[in-house]
Amino acid sequence: MKFRAKIVDAACLNHFTRVSATIAKLAKTCTLRISPQKLNFIVSDKAASGGVSMWCELEQENFFSEFQMEGVSAENNAIYLELLSENLSRALKTAQNARALKIKLTNKHFPCLTVSIELLSVSSSSRIVTHDIPVKVIPRKLWKDLQEPTVPVSDVSIYLPVLKTMKSIVEKMKNISNHLIIEANLSGELNLKIETELVCVTTHFKDLGNPQSDIVRNKIIHFDLLHEDVSLQYFIPAFS
Amino acid sequence: MRCLVTGGNVKVLGKAVHSLSRIGDELYLEPLEDGLSLRTVNSSRSAYACFLFAPLFFQQYQAAGPGQEALRCKILMKSFLAVFRSLAAVERSVEKCCISLGGRSSRLVVQLHCRYGVRKTHNLSFQDCESLQAVFDPALCSNVLRAPARVLGEAVLPFPPALAEVTLGIGCGRRVILRSYQEEEADSTVKAMVTEMSLGEEDFQQLQAQEGVAITFCLRELRGLLSFAESANLSLSVHFDVPGRPAIFAVKDSLLDGHFVLATLSESDLHSPAPRSPELRRLVPPLQAHSTPHLDDFANDDIDSYMIAMETTVDSEGSRAVPSTSLSPGLRPPCSPGPYSEDNEAEASTQPGTPPPKKFRSLFFGSILAPAHSPPGPSPVLAEDSEGEG
Repeated sequence: MKFRAKIVDAACLNHFTRVSATIAKLAKTCTLRISPQKLNFIVSDKAASGGVSMWCELEQENFFSEFQMEGVSAENNAIYLELLSENLSRALKTAQNARALKIKLTNKHFPCLTVSIELLSVSSSSRIVTHDIPVKVIPRKLWKDLQEPTVPVSDVSIYLPVLKTMKSIVEKMKNISNHLIIEANLSGELNLKIETELVCVTTHFKDLGNPQSDIVRNKIIHFDLLHEDVSLQYFIPAFS
Repeated sequence: MRCLVTGGNVKVLGKAVHSLSRIGDELYLEPLEDGLSLRTVNSSRSAYACFLFAPLFFQQYQAAGPGQEALRCKILMKSFLAVFRSLAAVERSVEKCCISLGGRSSRLVVQLHCRYGVRKTHNLSFQDCESLQAVFDPALCSNVLRAPARVLGEAVLPFPPALAEVTLGIGCGRRVILRSYQEEEADSTVKAMVTEMSLGEEDFQQLQAQEGVAITFCLRELRGLLSFAESANLSLSVHFDVPGRPAIFAVKDSLLDGHFVLATLSESDLHSPAPRSPELRRLVPPLQAHSTPHLDDFANDDIDSYMIAMETTVDSEGSRAVPSTSLSPGLRPPCSPGPYSEDNEAEASTQPGTPPPKKFRSLFFGSILAPAHSPPGPSPVLAEDSEGEG
């Protein structure tokens, strides 16, 4: 198994760092799947993550100037690594003023993802930061649990309102109740509601579009984020 | 004692107090002829910090009243820090700061003269104490490196703030390497991320050290000095020797000097670290090859070896190198029952309520007085600080 990749473009690096930071906020542990064309961050719906699952996909050529990988075998040309998402995020954050960033799979008494960053420096000599992120190689027999979830047939699908607005509303609601009720219909209306013994608060959003494709099903809420070269799908199981 | 600090120096003083507060809970204030010294030591006696502000730092400086002996005192760091809690506020509004001790007041009085005629007076209770003195001599260290504090500040940036220990060493190609040090727990399945920063020789104003030499010390304790030096735009010099001997971090300018002396892990404490990078692979073996176990002159039951040497008189010999108390693997430290005995020496155990287990022994507080020259009078060590020792 081999993996080595390099990022030289500052914008790509920045973007990759932000994706990694987002993953770190969503899940403590995640699986990084490396294949010839793509990188995936996967959180499977085990009990540990509270039933939440996530699938994030990046086209590698949009980020890396060099990318070489050799999977477990020719027929199974992929590598699945389990790691603490915070480690990767922290490592990437130190690459603020980097000339180049290299990632490779190494074995330093235990498997690691080594992130090596060459920093811009005022003096003539370069400064190099190296992070060895311990990883666990996931054996092939467990790969079946880490495949892209099929998008379930949904009852309602809707475009969300401006995320910043939604975020600030949900954050305030978080202080009042642990459970959030989401109601949406095919007329572009979305309600976010919390109910407690003392109070009931509802925020109504109107005139949101309803896309063609199906997203929400009774039991699972599927959030699909599409942004430039990254797609992130987040599944939250519903209570009822 | 009476000293008056004005203008920008008030903030400098405040910043110094902030950095001292990262080390210890008690501040020893001593007005000397060559300036006001502020010192502290941590609870496990493995870190000592001292700032000396020259008389010229002050608008007025009077170490002692006429005909009086200089008073010295020990105050709660928390109390003194509270005066300078918000450096931004200090910078914005404080015009003068007057510190006085003695006279009729039985308190240490710190008075801040602020804008708009506001005057804030802090009356801090203090305890009389003996002089806190650690014996160390940078000139006796065989390795020195010096760089602008900004360079070192940038060098530690990749390390998480929570990281306790870091290894500093010289790798091949004369590169200066900082690597996070994690004690390996045998039964731990979760490995920690290892971070390493490598700097070129050109970043340093002075680099006098052999390739392969390395020391491991507590980064958290150094951060205070680093941030002080960065804000004052000073260079920081690091003087160190073999692992186990304390490392001295120093800053200096015409008006002040600061020294942070930190214990380093000795050979017997260091597990053989897995070689991380090609440079350090070469760093590790030479480390072990050059190790020369130091036999402690005071190795036996001399309890003083592990305690602060309290001077009751000025040491006319000047500072001397401390006898090394890093023990060869064969020697075990005596389990001294005194309040200063380093509980962690006998075993690397965790005791609830004590600071995180440190393998650092209180290495550098050797008794500067050979047994034959012990000063007469009560041993001030045990009596004096027993109430302060948690």
